[in-house]
Amino acid sequence: MTGQQARFSAPSRVIHWLMAVMIIAMLCIGVGMVASVSERYKVLVSIHKPLGIAILILVVIRFLNRRINPPPALPDSLPPVQRVAAKASHILLYVLMFITPLVGWGMLSAASYPIILYGGLHLPSILPHDLALYALLRQLHTYLAYMLFALILAHFGAALFHGLIRRDGVLASMASWRRTEPPSE
Amino acid sequence: MPKDGSRDGPAAKGALTSGDALVRLGAIGAAMLLAAVAFAYVGGWLSPGRLTQDRMAAALQEANGIHPGFRLNHAKGLCASGWFDSNGQASTLSKAAVFEPGRVPLIGRFSLAGGMPLQTDSPGTVRALALRLTPRGAEEWRIGALNIPVFIVNSAQGFYDQTVASTPDPATGKPDPARMNAFLAAHPEAVKAFAIIKERPISTGFANSTFNGLNAFRFVSAAGASVPVRWSLVPAQAFVAEGTGQSVPADKNYLFSDLIAQITEHSLQWRLLVTIGQPGDPTNDATLPWPSEREQIDAGTVTIDQVSSEATGACTDINYDPLVLPSGIESSDDPILSARSAVYARSFTLRAGEQHEKPPSAITTQGVPARGKL
Repeated sequence: MTGQQARFSAPSRVIHWLMAVMIIAMLCIGVGMVASVSERYKVLVSIHKPLGIAILILVVIRFLNRRINPPPALPDSLPPVQRVAAKASHILLYVLMFITPLVGWGMLSAASYPIILYGGLHLPSILPHDLALYALLRQLHTYLAYMLFALILAHFGAALFHGLIRRDGVLASMASWRRTEPPSE
Repeated sequence: MPKDGSRDGPAAKGALTSGDALVRLGAIGAAMLLAAVAFAYVGGWLSPGRLTQDRMAAALQEANGIHPGFRLNHAKGLCASGWFDSNGQASTLSKAAVFEPGRVPLIGRFSLAGGMPLQTDSPGTVRALALRLTPRGAEEWRIGALNIPVFIVNSAQGFYDQTVASTPDPATGKPDPARMNAFLAAHPEAVKAFAIIKERPISTGFANSTFNGLNAFRFVSAAGASVPVRWSLVPAQAFVAEGTGQSVPADKNYLFSDLIAQITEHSLQWRLLVTIGQPGDPTNDATLPWPSEREQIDAGTVTIDQVSSEATGACTDINYDPLVLPSGIESSDDPILSARSAVYARSFTLRAGEQHEKPPSAITTQGVPARGKL
């Protein structure tokens, strides 16, 4: 490891990796449960709802954290196309992380299902009971989840590209946990 | 600090040879592919043999035909409304608000088993009553109950196999007896269940039918004690055995027509009886009856005072998912509950998207006269 390099702040790194695990688990639970008729179904559904709300809360915290602890700048050597792709994909990641659970909540509301987090802990309905609206949101929820998965896959590939091909410190800025050394000119 | 742009440039590490870069690119591609394949595996796309919601839905459509906008099962039905008067007796066993003394409004649905929305009413067809009880400011409870004493199968696979076996053969228009025999050979629990079901007394209509919840659940008290339970809706209307003398009615909706006529005269009532299981009573197999001497608690009375066509009734937009339970009532280890919840969800999603192309239900608004009182 050479030289000083700007890293994401510790809170940013913690929330990134925490949400990475939660979202990947969430996507797998989602596609797994809608395919299942086994006893797993009810277990997965009971995890999916509170986990989705936890992600929704965390993404709001994460957005605020990003204002307080802005991410480090991308390396100057990065070609403009990749710079634009990085910027756009991150905006889209945030949008999807926020919208997907929100649409899930809205979809359960429109179906008039209770939104149970745990035991007697419920969330209020945020939309009127409306079958056509439910059908629309239910489909949208799936599409958003697929888009989120595809984007996470691209993000994963791009991170590896930075780490293995470009070796420009971008991967380490999020993936490195070593102690920060005092800058040495 | 954030804008210092001091991350290492590629030059810092020395250039990769093109062969090296190719190997690394390949590794990245392989890692991404692996992640995508794992996701596809979890979603069931790589295992066509897995019993999924899609396969279950397809089997039901194969057996019953495709009827846009209708439920995949229990497609023929009538909405109902009324209330539940809880007497408080079940509140020692379950902390659910619905069991505190008082009145709880409900939206119900009477239906016939089967995915054919225009099927002809027949005495032997399984009848159902579904209820959604919504205590004010508290958690709701959804119930589905059938007029048979036990369920026919004890697993999702069993239900699938039964559906496939009872699918009409295109050549004869009837189920293939060989397939039905193969199903019974593979599912001895269904043979025993059919024997019990065959013995049941069949009443003249919905109003004097006993509807049984069949699947076991658990009641949890305020102190945290959990007991296995099954419940039944026992009619206040006197039992009259079906088919004593009369010929089969000409009205193909006679069960529903009779119900509508009765409701127009007076409200109908059922007592909600909760049977308490003992250790050793099967909770994971709804084909097995519990001993008849088990203690029963009368939790209160369900009153139905209005019915309406699915075109205007509130039941149409409700998924009577048996796992919509308040705290104080929990699912058991019965795999059928999870399977019902899953397949109902799929059916609900399908019909929600098909509302615009749904033809009228068998019981139309014209079939339900406006009711004067209340």
